[in-house]
Amino acid sequence: MLREVLVNLFRSTLRKQPKEDRQILWALRDVDFQLQAGEVLGIVGRNGAGKSTLLKILSRITRPTSGSIRVRGKVASLLEVGTGFHEELTGRENIYLSGCILGMAKKRIDAKLDEIVAFSEIEQFIDTPIKRYSSGMKMRLGFAVAANLESDILIVDEVLAVGDGEFQRKCLRAMSDLHSSGRTVLFVSHNLAAVHSLCSRAIWIDRGCVKGEGKPADVIKSYLAAFSATDDIVRDLTEVADRSGGGDIRFTRIEILTADRTSSAAVSCGDSFVVRLYFDAKRDVVQPIFGLDIQTSIGIMVAQVHTHNSGFDIPLLRAGSGHIDVRIDDLNLVPGRYILSLFAANYGHIYHDVLPNCVAMEVQTSNRYGLMRGLQKNPIVMFASSWEMGQRRNGSHSLPVQASLAGSRS
Amino acid sequence: MTTAAALAPSSATLPASAEEYTSSNSPTLLDSARDLWSYRELFFYLAWRDITIRYRQTILGATWAVLQPLITMLVFTFLFGVVVKVDRGGIPAPIFYFSALLPWMYFAATVASAGNSLVSNGDLIKKVYFPRLILPGAGALVGLADMAIGAVILVGMMSYYSVLSWRLIFWLPLTVLLFAFSFGIGVILSALNVKYRDVRHAIPFLIQIWMFLTPVIYPTKAIPNQFRLLLALNPLSGIIEAFRWTVAPSVPLDRSSLSLSIGATILVLAIGTIYFRRVEAYFTDIV
Repeated sequence: MLREVLVNLFRSTLRKQPKEDRQILWALRDVDFQLQAGEVLGIVGRNGAGKSTLLKILSRITRPTSGSIRVRGKVASLLEVGTGFHEELTGRENIYLSGCILGMAKKRIDAKLDEIVAFSEIEQFIDTPIKRYSSGMKMRLGFAVAANLESDILIVDEVLAVGDGEFQRKCLRAMSDLHSSGRTVLFVSHNLAAVHSLCSRAIWIDRGCVKGEGKPADVIKSYLAAFSATDDIVRDLTEVADRSGGGDIRFTRIEILTADRTSSAAVSCGDSFVVRLYFDAKRDVVQPIFGLDIQTSIGIMVAQVHTHNSGFDIPLLRAGSGHIDVRIDDLNLVPGRYILSLFAANYGHIYHDVLPNCVAMEVQTSNRYGLMRGLQKNPIVMFASSWEMGQRRNGSHSLPVQASLAGSRS
Repeated sequence: MTTAAALAPSSATLPASAEEYTSSNSPTLLDSARDLWSYRELFFYLAWRDITIRYRQTILGATWAVLQPLITMLVFTFLFGVVVKVDRGGIPAPIFYFSALLPWMYFAATVASAGNSLVSNGDLIKKVYFPRLILPGAGALVGLADMAIGAVILVGMMSYYSVLSWRLIFWLPLTVLLFAFSFGIGVILSALNVKYRDVRHAIPFLIQIWMFLTPVIYPTKAIPNQFRLLLALNPLSGIIEAFRWTVAPSVPLDRSSLSLSIGATILVLAIGTIYFRRVEAYFTDIV
């Protein structure tokens, strides 16, 4: 909440504002929408846009300054995993407490207790105080309770952002079960692929106002388009506001160069190219990891390229400015627009600079991987491939026995 | 920006009896009461939570509930029976102090825990909706458990001194009165505490002073006449003396101060709930 107010403060001081408005900071302004029973609404937006405030108002946790909301049906809000958990109580006791806090009657919890315990996969520790649990176990327990809530309306806020891959997959499966059960869901997430696949409708909120509304794919496209407004081949990163991290390393610039690093160039499908990341290091950093994520224009993650995976270990990064290059060979992404995210971190979730969705990269067409014709259903990648017709018993062939696409290794 | 475009309206329908909620800036008293009633299970769960965790991982466990009034009673017996002689009107010292200490300690503990309940449960308030009045209420409920254990000990003591009396039955209505008064004070303090954190620091001090202004250590008789009115203004005086009356055959019941206490309790409850409901809307923003 405070963070949202502060971010709005920052944004407001940059814009020109009429005098009377300068004193008031609106976390949300003129938000007006309706949600029908059974719809799954995805809410996307940058950090500080007002999404969490909207959820809090809809959950009755805080009241709107002006305007009103009308809700029909029982509401359960999941604004964090493990709501109401107390360290001294056992897992079983916490299931009851958390379930009750989230609105389940004791009788229902009794009936569903076995289901919840089974979902959490911590049966043998269910009677130990949760202060002895690992964070993963607590999360699984919290989600097990949440996934078994029975309410007409479910409000979920970025709960899926925490946890390892396995957990996230389980959450997504539970979410899609909810969807198919006909429950009404409001879902705030930065996981745009999840929003795309789970939601029947989406809203984009920016700086407190509704900027887009409609089918998830369309809304996500316009949302991402606003991020990386230019697809300059060279982009200055110093003024990017949406970044997080400790700050020991800060990205200052990104350039896309030809493979021989002589000049900047647009990238075509099948090209080898270099991404050059300029940075400033405030102090010496031991064993930093640099990386970039590539996502499609609707937020599906295509690739993660980072030094840790590539085996490029940097024992010591001295303070000062510099750059690091990553060369990608034979880019086999289908032509289109891709969004890059950058990060500089240390192993163990220590982040120096994280810039989500900061740069757009347009991959141009080329014949490297094919004639680019007849592609349906929006594939993401192309492969070097070749076709070969099997021998026929009779008749001759009126086509070449082998047709290899350029780029294959034959 | 009106949006009525219904993409793929679903076939799911809510039963006609589904709860409906419309926000407006002032919910009616009936709405609040209905709200509280629908969350009654949570009220007991929060009290249960606080009671359960209290003595986890302790050796003495629930005996702590008994040790506190017992040891205080022993200290008082020595201090005010031997060192500074206070005329107890013939009531055996342990009974004299214990019968007053039990309700007093309930009051002190309840005011402290209810007063802080909103702030210490701040995380919960920011994440989930439930009628916030439940929090100080749960705090008031928790103290009753300790008082109940103490009451058993008191009955034991009374049979030891052969002063067991049928008037003990009045403990039930008196406890209700005490609960109501403590709850009322707790509600006011908890609401104030959210905005003005000074309250949290003021509470221990307030309780200390209040104890000296209540006839816990001394009987009302010991106070010179001109100050007795002042003492009577303290609603707790009437309540504590009434508790003492139930165990002591010689002390007559002071009806006027008890009536004052009842009136004060009603007033405190009214002020408390009105103020609380008025500021409840903004708790989340400032807790």
